Amino acid sequence: MIFLRRQVPLLITLITGLVFAAQYYVPHPASEQMLTSVTKWLQIIGGFALVLGVSSLFHVHAVKIRRKEAGWGYSFVLYVSMLSTIAIGLWSNGKEAVDGTMTSFGWIYNFMMVPLQGTMFAILAFFIASAAYRSFRARSREAAVLLIAAVIVMMGRVPLGEYLIPLSGDLSQWILNVLNASVRRAILIGVSLGTVALSIKIIFGMERSYLGGGKE
Amino acid sequence: MKRETLDVKRENARSACGTSTLVAVILCLSVSPAVAQTTLAPPQDVRAFDTPSDGGGSLTVLWPPAPYDSAAARYQVLLSEGTTVPDPAAMKVVAEFPANQHYVRESKWPWWTKPTTGDQHQITLRNGRGVELKDGTAYSITVAAVLNDDRGIAMPIQATPQPNWINWNQMNNLMLALLFGGIVFYAISTARKREIFLRRIPGLAAVDEAIGRATELGKPILYLTGAHDMSDPSTIAAAVILGRVAKRAAAYETDLLVPHRDPITMAVCQEITKQAYLEAGKPDLYKDDSNFFITSDQFSYTAAVDGIMLRKRPAANFFMGHYFAEALLLTETGASTGAIQIAGTDADHQLPFFVTTCDYTLIGEELYAASAYLSREPVQVGTLRGQDIGKALILGVLGIGTILATLGILFEAQWPHVFLDLFRDVK
Repeated sequence: MIFLRRQVPLLITLITGLVFAAQYYVPHPASEQMLTSVTKWLQIIGGFALVLGVSSLFHVHAVKIRRKEAGWGYSFVLYVSMLSTIAIGLWSNGKEAVDGTMTSFGWIYNFMMVPLQGTMFAILAFFIASAAYRSFRARSREAAVLLIAAVIVMMGRVPLGEYLIPLSGDLSQWILNVLNASVRRAILIGVSLGTVALSIKIIFGMERSYLGGGKE
Repeated sequence: MKRETLDVKRENARSACGTSTLVAVILCLSVSPAVAQTTLAPPQDVRAFDTPSDGGGSLTVLWPPAPYDSAAARYQVLLSEGTTVPDPAAMKVVAEFPANQHYVRESKWPWWTKPTTGDQHQITLRNGRGVELKDGTAYSITVAAVLNDDRGIAMPIQATPQPNWINWNQMNNLMLALLFGGIVFYAISTARKREIFLRRIPGLAAVDEAIGRATELGKPILYLTGAHDMSDPSTIAAAVILGRVAKRAAAYETDLLVPHRDPITMAVCQEITKQAYLEAGKPDLYKDDSNFFITSDQFSYTAAVDGIMLRKRPAANFFMGHYFAEALLLTETGASTGAIQIAGTDADHQLPFFVTTCDYTLIGEELYAASAYLSREPVQVGTLRGQDIGKALILGVLGIGTILATLGILFEAQWPHVFLDLFRDVK
């Protein structure tokens, strides 16, 4: 049992890890074909995994409704919306439009999903303003530096700011191209090395916690 | 009768003469462009071969510079299928450009695969834009030089595109990966023999504090694994940290909520959490529902998690993994509930939002270091040391490169470029 739960997954990880690391250096169409096939496998597995996800969603909210937990009404709304969307989707054959005419399923997507997504994204503007207000209060030396840099960059990025303080345009470019870019690159170098190190640990079985923890 | 015959012959001869004159004129007219084509010296030593280190469907043509190389002159690359070419002038023009462009030095070949010196002309023909190259089929290729009305065409040569099994251009990458791998293994073996110092990472040191606070308040812990699926290293790192957090949460008997965007990540995290509760000696406290799926849609997921934060008021929020525009929406909502927030991401574009709204942020590689920091296992710590050595090497090369580039500009010297080109190709 341990062999099936531990050794086999580690062996599969080792073999596939090495094969696909080598694949990067093989430009032959056969190698590309192999990568495409495996990507398709992943998509198929992902499709099946969605059943797991949806069953989890149904289960969690069914429990909430049954126990009448706080906010169970939202779970009820979720159930109604999900089941009705599935039913309408099946009725429309999963198509958003037929011969240029929008189906009911398309209507739900275009006039409910898209505006709701847009609304959530639009809220971001207010969240940025509130987050900026909190962080730009110069309570410490670091916050003061952040505030000054942010003001210069903001002034340099809008026409009125550059008109009022002509130097702000060049200064903001310098901050972005020199200070910001160099720090960003330093972070990326660290991230890349971290990614490679983690990949090595996983391929060679030194990192096993993703299999469910334990050291055996 | 004879007179009549003579007249006919004379008439025929006159007519034949007229016809031959007309043919001659037509021939002269048709030949005159050919004469003009030969007045310009054609490109010499043209070479064509299968482009090395590629997936096929590509040919590379090389030829040395000519005295007439200028913006006024043009080069045409001509192509035809098959090995015999009755008339090179009738070949299809597949590329045309000013004669002072397309040099080997402008190509992306590293120095170890560069087929010739940088001053030679080079063009790589690929499938698409009117060119169709079939692997295994022989093609005739030539280059014509065009200046005003003159055109000089070189002798056609043959080449056959083939797919290759090894990309030699990326051997630097392989060598660096092997070198880095060697360093990591060496560092792990060193870590097994003696203890390696780990600097304090405030964000990770605060993990216990956050879990303790949640326990004191009797509120749950919210843990997010990011926007990517299990194929992304940042999600794997987030899942590994989840194991440590779940173990502490189990020990303190604190509720854990892990909403997911990806069902496979959810399944993996369920296993990790179950194992963590088992290791903490509290398997009875484990709930399958602690890891649950919401949706794969970005903003629907964000809205749902924001709702959980506002309704359940978790005392500690963990944001590990990769995030996009939802980062600020999540963390700002969490901050408004007064929860202690710890973020860890490799998404450099979201870092400012996390730094602004979270109490602690693991920046970039610290996310990958978290596993080592929390476990203190020699293998994990050794890997961290290996990363540090790798960074030291990169920093060293960056420093030397900066000094050499500065010296090259100050003294207008060319020799630093030899090293700079080497660094550029090896990177």
